[in-house]
Amino acid sequence: MEHSKVTPREAQRRRLPLEKHRIEDWIGRIYTSVCVVFLIATIVSIVYFVTSKGVATFAVNGVGIMDFLFGTRWAPDASPPAFGAMPAIAGSFLVTLLAALIASPLSIAAALFMTEIVPTFGKRILQPAIELLSGIPSVVYGFIGLTLIVPFLRDHVGGQGIGVGAGALVLSIMILPTITSVAADALANLQRGQREASYALGATRWQTIYRVVLPTVLPALLTGIVLGMARAFGEALAVQMVIGNAPFIPTSLLESASTLTSIITLGMGNTAMNSIQNNALWSMALVLMLMTFVFIMIIRLLERRNRI
Amino acid sequence: MTTQTQILRSKARKRAKTADKVATVVIIVFALSIVAILLGLIGFIMFRGLGHISWHFLTSNPQTIREGGGIGPPLFNSLYLLVLTMIITIPLGLGGGIYMSEYAKPGKITSFIRLVVEVLSSFPSIVIGLFGLLVFVNTFELGFSLLAGALALTIFNLPLMVRITEQAFAGVPREQKEAGLALGLSKWKIITSIMLPVAIPSLVTGTILAAGRVFGEAAALLFTSGMTTPPLNFSDWNPLHPRSPLNPLRPAETLATHIWKVNSEGLAPDAIQIAAGASAVLVIMVLLFNLFARWGGRTLYRYMTASKRMN
Repeated sequence: MEHSKVTPREAQRRRLPLEKHRIEDWIGRIYTSVCVVFLIATIVSIVYFVTSKGVATFAVNGVGIMDFLFGTRWAPDASPPAFGAMPAIAGSFLVTLLAALIASPLSIAAALFMTEIVPTFGKRILQPAIELLSGIPSVVYGFIGLTLIVPFLRDHVGGQGIGVGAGALVLSIMILPTITSVAADALANLQRGQREASYALGATRWQTIYRVVLPTVLPALLTGIVLGMARAFGEALAVQMVIGNAPFIPTSLLESASTLTSIITLGMGNTAMNSIQNNALWSMALVLMLMTFVFIMIIRLLERRNRI
Repeated sequence: MTTQTQILRSKARKRAKTADKVATVVIIVFALSIVAILLGLIGFIMFRGLGHISWHFLTSNPQTIREGGGIGPPLFNSLYLLVLTMIITIPLGLGGGIYMSEYAKPGKITSFIRLVVEVLSSFPSIVIGLFGLLVFVNTFELGFSLLAGALALTIFNLPLMVRITEQAFAGVPREQKEAGLALGLSKWKIITSIMLPVAIPSLVTGTILAAGRVFGEAAALLFTSGMTTPPLNFSDWNPLHPRSPLNPLRPAETLATHIWKVNSEGLAPDAIQIAAGASAVLVIMVLLFNLFARWGGRTLYRYMTASKRMN
């Protein structure tokens, strides 16, 4: 077939008389641009409002930033009130790290099982099932924690049941599906050739997994873990239901504690807008938001490594 | 080759084989224990909750202090809120996704928008709830209302919708788009009448899955749609009347917030049973959303690809 040579500019000129087309194109362009502008405006205003409210605690109410971040006494209603957020910050980090520690090996094992040991069954049955579980609402996980994990811990481990341990367990169950599906995707996308080359050299399956597969997908596995941690760090209700909500830095896993999210959840309804108590909660939200940025930065760095 | 190295090699091979077997067993045990945990949890919810579900439970009003409260209004609120949210989210998400897939040119602005979508999708839902409280409830003076809740959920859901749309459009074969260009159609015409029908099956699947996520969300709603429901008159369907269930400006507790409330401050003696029943209903709804999404997507795909019609 013969092509007539038409430069883009020429094509543009030929299209000019077709007014209807141009109007259609403008409608499409304007509509989609408005949607994107809305998206950007939303995120900008969230960042702006959370930051301005969060900073008000320090700028308007005169609480010291260091006192807030590292103070260990949280007593917003005492006189004089104390706004040390350290217990909540420590609680948040503690449950998140513990949950990641529990969930990561289990999820990676599950992903390996799905992709390396029973690939067909894994892809057909297990992966959809895992994805389904990631859709289960967090309040349901909280309810499970309250009626299953807390009584179990109380009867078999000791303490009251509620506390850091229960919170970490609930969160680890919540983030299992997240980490597993990211890991399974990464493993499934690995080029067949690498695996086959290793088998051709006479390596066993475990040698292949350990020496070839895992090192190759490590950045993706870490991405999954960080995604899970981001989810755990921001989760509010499931944790709030089982952690006990005592504003102290816990010294044992069975002790009641609190997280940034749990204090915000409980406090927001009971404080008046623009009061110092309310602003302190916004400062906690600001910490949450900044941590989200940190998580996303880590994920981006990992993805950049993954691309190479 | 000496016999000694042969012996050493066979030893190494044996060790590698043992390690392989041990590792395989460990992986299988871990994986099966996860499956057992997760199935056990679903089974537990069903076991605890199903016995409590009855027509009366699904339709009657919640009780604060007395026994025998139901989940009628919260269930209705959840469904209605989902519809409101989707009415706002779908057009916005479609537009954003189409822009990302068809109009955005690779460059700084596009990667900035991508970053925005990523940030928005990993925001803790409680922060979105706080933002909703400050902007929709207080500044826009919507009060604790379904509309404020729907707007908060839109923010929560929009990045997902954008990503779903973008992927659905990216999956359209290049040739179809080129055929449209060859016919001299405008870009927007190609998008709406050639690409959209092809993308619809995966759009439907993705949207229903997103709907399931919205259905179970609670943290973003505590401070936007509120934790109470006024007495509703289910025979009055005029959205402008204050007692009407359809009034978007009334406060509404959803199924998920109801479970949280019952668990954390429930005074009714049967609070645990109510929470169990409501959790079971919630899980069943999410499962239904999932099954429906898979089935709907597949059926639509078959219909769309089998039909010879072209609009």
